[in-house]
Amino acid sequence: MSERIKQIDILGVVMWFFRAAIIVAMLWGTIATLMDNPYSAKAWTDTIVAGIAQGSLYALIAIGYTLVYGVLFMINFAHGEFFMSGIMTSTIFIAIPMSESGYLDANPVLGLIIIALVTMLVSIGVAILTERVAYKPLRGAPRLVPLITAIGASFFWQYYFRGLYGSEVKPFPLIDSIAGKMTIFGIEILKSQALVIVVAIIMLIGLNLFVIKTKVGKSIRAAAENKDVARLMGIDVDRAITITFTMGAAMAGIAGVLYALVFRQVHYFMGFFPGIKAFTAAVLGGIGSIPGAALGGLLLGVFESVGPALFLEGLGVPSPHQLKDVIAFTMLVLVLIFRPQGILGERLAEEKA
Amino acid sequence: MAMLEVNDIHTYYGNIHALKGISITVEEGEIVTLIGANGAGKTTTLRTISGLLTPREGSISYLGKDIVGTPAHKLVYERMAMVPEGRGVFAKLTVQENLEMGHFSREDKDGIARDLERVFTLFPRMKERRKQVAGTLSGGEQQMLATGRAMMSAPRLLMLDEPSMGLAPVLVDAVFDAIVEINKEGTTILLVEQNALMALSIANRGYVLQTGQIVLHDDAEKLKNNEMVQKAYLGVD
Repeated sequence: MSERIKQIDILGVVMWFFRAAIIVAMLWGTIATLMDNPYSAKAWTDTIVAGIAQGSLYALIAIGYTLVYGVLFMINFAHGEFFMSGIMTSTIFIAIPMSESGYLDANPVLGLIIIALVTMLVSIGVAILTERVAYKPLRGAPRLVPLITAIGASFFWQYYFRGLYGSEVKPFPLIDSIAGKMTIFGIEILKSQALVIVVAIIMLIGLNLFVIKTKVGKSIRAAAENKDVARLMGIDVDRAITITFTMGAAMAGIAGVLYALVFRQVHYFMGFFPGIKAFTAAVLGGIGSIPGAALGGLLLGVFESVGPALFLEGLGVPSPHQLKDVIAFTMLVLVLIFRPQGILGERLAEEKA
Repeated sequence: MAMLEVNDIHTYYGNIHALKGISITVEEGEIVTLIGANGAGKTTTLRTISGLLTPREGSISYLGKDIVGTPAHKLVYERMAMVPEGRGVFAKLTVQENLEMGHFSREDKDGIARDLERVFTLFPRMKERRKQVAGTLSGGEQQMLATGRAMMSAPRLLMLDEPSMGLAPVLVDAVFDAIVEINKEGTTILLVEQNALMALSIANRGYVLQTGQIVLHDDAEKLKNNEMVQKAYLGVD
């Protein structure tokens, strides 16, 4: 009995109190909201669908964080800029001219494919350049060094593209055929949101199959586990790392196009918040895990969308929708308190480096 | 000309002078063993030959080519393979995927199929556990997998680093039998071992390492009867 009491420390008690307080607040808010019932069923459905679309974007970006972490054990904070650089460039040089000439409305499918390809190429180019110049010379350095470098690279690209394209917000053209709403299974959904969800699912499944089934994918997983042994198999680890960055950047590029279709504007700072959120999603799902990144992104998107109305409204918080970031990060804290390795992450038995 | 000629190599870890002039010759078809205490430089020697480390001085010639500075992944294409210390199986990959990584450097489908059959004949348990994740295998099975994986690259020279480490005696016998079998099929073996008696009993020649230098080199049989070796490594008083 006395043994047990000794083990309870003050910090532990505070933490448990904290955990309990968050859960009680969430439950209280939920019950109060549901009793009051301020929203219609349609409003809830719309919120959930919007959350899934937003979550799909997070999932696509989160893949880049999780892949690079899996191979290099490094948080690539410049990943948000890979996302931004591609879509900004193709908006200015491809989408706007194509829209003005009427080509985009006449051939929306081909037009979008061209935009997506250019976006991916630019994102991949920026990613490979960053990896070669900023990260590769630091292989083998203490982990903090590439982390700080990544933050530096992030700022560098933000201000580089601001210098290149200016600081004002640029509108992404409206494409007639994906404007407006459509009805699937009795649910009304914005066409652009439906496109986001479908494309994200296809990309995520494709990427997962690539990593699981192909020789290149397997070599990346081998390099992620043990670089020296991978070399002894004949795997060029530097090449595997470049391919990893390429895949992450391609996903970020696609996410950029989808983001532009939904929000219809691009600017030099657009990579920062989605980047941070996607990183949160990757940690939430278990960083290093591809299904984890997908799940984490989706959950984060839905929680962020539904959470303010569900939890905060009932607690009488004024204008709860401005607090969606609070919900997102509270969810991260909650998951990390109860499951530090993330939802689908594996507990690290030994320090890998 | 010898298959592998290591000539007076000096390898450093930072400022630590780990190898102080190691010279080794391995002829085609031989089993050569490096024995010595912990920290003598056995593993460092293998890592230097395989290209994971670069010596600061000295030369290494393999199949007549100077290979100093050639990265490890390129040497695999020259049919050199190594089973690293601690086995180094990819724990999250299945047995099958581990073996596939073993033939990463090859394109000849028929040869790969033949070698896979060979590995499964030598280690039938690997066939049973093909779909299993390698991290769930026992130590002995992991050693079999690591050895089989190295065989999948169809090496002419196979280097093994402490294959007996952490294995029960019955498994050690099985692993050494497999090494002899692989050698009989035409693969040259360079074996690093702490279990000096086992190593010397299957080897043609042996080198004794001490603090980064070779202190003794002879036929395996003569080394087994050498007084110094008996005292230091075979536990004979």
